[in-house]
Amino acid sequence: MAAETLLWLIPLPPLAAFILITLVTNKNKTLSHGLAIAGAASSWVMSLIVFIQAITRPNLAENPISSSINWLPTGETALRIGVQLDNLSAVVLFFVAWTILMIFIYSVGYHNYGQPAGERDVPGLPPRGAEIKDAHGHTHRVPSVEPMYSRFFGFLSLFAFAMYLLVVCDNLLLLYTGWEIMGLCSYLLIGFWYGKDSAKKAAMKAFMTTRIGDVFMLLGIVFLYTQAGTLNYREIFGNAELMRTLTTTPAGFLGLSQAAGIGLLLFIGTVGKSAQFPLHVWLPDAMEGPTPVSAMIHAATMVSAGVYLAIRIFPLLTAGWEPGGALTPAMMVVGAVGAFTALFAATIAVAQNDIKRVLAFSTISQLGYMIAAIGIGAYTAAIFHLVTHAFFKALLFLGSGSVIHGMEHGVMHSGEHVDAQDMLNMGGLRKKMPVTFWTFLIGGLALSGFPIITAGFWSKDEILAGAYHGGQMAIFITLALAALLTAFYTMRQITLTFFGQPRTEAAAHAHETPWTMTVPLIVLSVFAISVGWSGIPEHFPLIGGLIPNWCETFTGAMLGHEGEAAAFSAVPLLVSIVVSLGGLTLGWLAYRKVKIAVDPLKQALGGLHTVLQRKYFVDEVYNFLFIRPAVWISEVFTSRWMDRVVIDGFLHAIARAFLWLGKIVRHGFDVPVVNAGGDALAAGIRKGGAALSPMQSGRVQQYMVVTITVVMVFSAILFAILKLV
Amino acid sequence: MILDQVIFLVTAVVVLAAAVLVVSVPKMIHAALWLILALAGVAVLFVLLQAGFFAVVQVIVYIGAIAVLVIFAVMLTRKAMVDDGPQLNRYSVMAGAVSLMMFAALSGMLLSWDGANALPANPAVHPDTIVNLGESLTNPQGFLLPFEVASILLLAALVGAIFIGREQRAGREEE
Amino acid sequence: MIPLSWYLILSAALVCIGVFGVISRRNAIAMLLGVELILNAVNINLLAFWRYKDVSSVTGQVFTIMVITAAAAEVAVGLAIFIAVYRNRRSIVAEDVAELKG
Repeated sequence: MAAETLLWLIPLPPLAAFILITLVTNKNKTLSHGLAIAGAASSWVMSLIVFIQAITRPNLAENPISSSINWLPTGETALRIGVQLDNLSAVVLFFVAWTILMIFIYSVGYHNYGQPAGERDVPGLPPRGAEIKDAHGHTHRVPSVEPMYSRFFGFLSLFAFAMYLLVVCDNLLLLYTGWEIMGLCSYLLIGFWYGKDSAKKAAMKAFMTTRIGDVFMLLGIVFLYTQAGTLNYREIFGNAELMRTLTTTPAGFLGLSQAAGIGLLLFIGTVGKSAQFPLHVWLPDAMEGPTPVSAMIHAATMVSAGVYLAIRIFPLLTAGWEPGGALTPAMMVVGAVGAFTALFAATIAVAQNDIKRVLAFSTISQLGYMIAAIGIGAYTAAIFHLVTHAFFKALLFLGSGSVIHGMEHGVMHSGEHVDAQDMLNMGGLRKKMPVTFWTFLIGGLALSGFPIITAGFWSKDEILAGAYHGGQMAIFITLALAALLTAFYTMRQITLTFFGQPRTEAAAHAHETPWTMTVPLIVLSVFAISVGWSGIPEHFPLIGGLIPNWCETFTGAMLGHEGEAAAFSAVPLLVSIVVSLGGLTLGWLAYRKVKIAVDPLKQALGGLHTVLQRKYFVDEVYNFLFIRPAVWISEVFTSRWMDRVVIDGFLHAIARAFLWLGKIVRHGFDVPVVNAGGDALAAGIRKGGAALSPMQSGRVQQYMVVTITVVMVFSAILFAILKLV
Repeated sequence: MILDQVIFLVTAVVVLAAAVLVVSVPKMIHAALWLILALAGVAVLFVLLQAGFFAVVQVIVYIGAIAVLVIFAVMLTRKAMVDDGPQLNRYSVMAGAVSLMMFAALSGMLLSWDGANALPANPAVHPDTIVNLGESLTNPQGFLLPFEVASILLLAALVGAIFIGREQRAGREEE
Repeated sequence: MIPLSWYLILSAALVCIGVFGVISRRNAIAMLLGVELILNAVNINLLAFWRYKDVSSVTGQVFTIMVITAAAAEVAVGLAIFIAVYRNRRSIVAEDVAELKG
């Protein structure tokens, strides 16, 4: 089948799975996960086929695999929608397909498929375990299967559909559609356990915060459409004339050119979706959802969509910039936001105890890296880091889910009630859960940028090199510091979780998770190592040039011009190795002796630690500045005053007025005039009849007298008239 | 001729006096007899009008049949005769006034009509009355139809009178 | 020669006397006698007009015959009714038969 047709078909299997699961197979767990995995697998197969066709096609950037149809007639022309696979979307499609499939397979084991249903399990709350009796009559508590199993796979399939749609489409409108559907799915999935108040709040928070970004993004899209008349990528970014016009015309606000204005508006959407400061507050709370959701949304797909958009609109953001020259105002904003977020989130991650929270802030930080890379114009570096990050972050999240599962098993076994997600309760898990340990270690090292063998090293190094060579020292130093902290907290996490001795009974009784959970971990760890080798820069000492820098050439072709290979400098490389190894060592040293559930850093930093742990009190500030006034407006002002007093009062007054009017009409007119009139008429007629009745006496002679008299009178009158006439 | 007028006046007086007495005497049998006198007077008037046939018919039918019938009825209802009590009902005053007014009106109208003073038509011209009458009564283009209808009327009256007047004891099953 | 008006006034007077008799007599048979007087007055009128206006035509005579016939029939039936009522109610007073009262 032609690649164009396959492109159209790629988003459809998960959509079909969603519809079928929701309508048909909801009650049957096996069928539901079967359908979902079949959908994800078909899309995976099709994506790989198309990917291979794409990378073997010459000049993909000039003629991408594309196909479009007329969709909305607008007068003479029509708004066209379609699919397009160029270099950027091919690379993104690759990691999206792999990570989605791995997460789907992982979810089967995560939700304890095959386990008995718990006696106290209710839909809406996480499963609480079931009691089973073994052959000896001992009762054990075991994990129970998730009651809302099918629902999860349905939503996950819808999510997959939205992400595939976003990746294969060729215009901003479809991208926005996929974007919003993903927002909906993240709401549904973060609030998956809707019985928990914290989950409900977190879902609402996620939706509202990303919505703020989306409003500005829509403004950007509309602005772009009015200027360009189209939303198709090639027609905008490939049209040099249009780009020149956009670059030179002022936008009318903040002294920006139109391209920069549109770019920044669209970028605000990315700030929301990819959880950059100041719209980052939703992502840590989004950990309320099940771990596959965290992996899906916050590692592999949704937040990557934000970065994908930013990379897509790179020509708009960098309009007027020459490589090597000064950054445009739009780029400075983007770079500043990215770099600041990277450092900000890294500092918070250092003080978090929940294993998933650390990863959440780590995600925010790494996304900041990518955004900063775009801000300084390092296009290929941003794409490279996006791809590698997707793999190792998904790996880390799925690994953390595996750890939590093991801890929960230990909790059930030991009977003590500890938080299975708190790292201070773990320890020594490397003996109990070896596969999880090794894969988590690989992911963690990749995140820290361990040299040579992990993918993270290559992509981070690219970004640092780009910053250094572009002369952006402030950004370089910020990113380097963030890298140091990243390595530190990652090793802290690994040490607290896997090394040392178990600090609680639960940790002592943890055991490895089933193959449906560990196999995806292994697959992802392979990618976490090998993907990096596709982007080794040519000037790298010793091994540079052995493997062609495929990533750079392939993605760099999108820019249309031959990006000159940066002259090699040892500084960024050395810095990168130093911060990575140094951070890892520091982390290990600080945490390897932790015996009790107390963080040694707390004593060291004191009050600063509290600030970091409370995420710089940003949530509290937002609550005070925005949430409380909004709630006040809606509850007091609108609901109580406007609605009940003014509007209801008005309506009640009208009702009362009409009732009063009705009463007046009834008692003033209806009863006395109409009723009484009718009655009087009847009575009058009866009286008249009674009065006239004596006239009929029944006596014939009386009748005759009357008759003759009347005839005489009439005759007289008639005679008189005739006489006169 | 003055003889005609004299006869007329005498006859008129007799008729009117008899009529007044008919409507005023208390005893019914006297009233019936006074009616016979009035009818006889009318017969004389018919002769004066040279309608000899009608004078004879008047005597035979009116006096001979109708007046006799009235006398029969009087005889049959003798027990209920209220000859002693008041003869006139409550409308009598009103009736008197009305009749007087009627008479005044009629006379006034008749006298104001200028054809009232006409004299009889030339007697030499008038044909044989009875033969003409008989021919016209049996002539389809003449008055055959009214003649026949009158016969049916008499038949109906005959049957009706018999039916109404029959004794109730004889049983009502015969319709 | 007797002018027509004499006959007409005579018949008018007779009619009025007859009307008075019909209306004001209590006895039902007396009412009938009044009716006879009226019908006779009519006959006089008809024949007078026949004689004085158009002697050759026969219409006045025929009309008179009809009146006599009708009078005869009416008297017969009327008396039959009176006698039936008398048998029923033992009364010959016209006022007592007031069934149509209402």
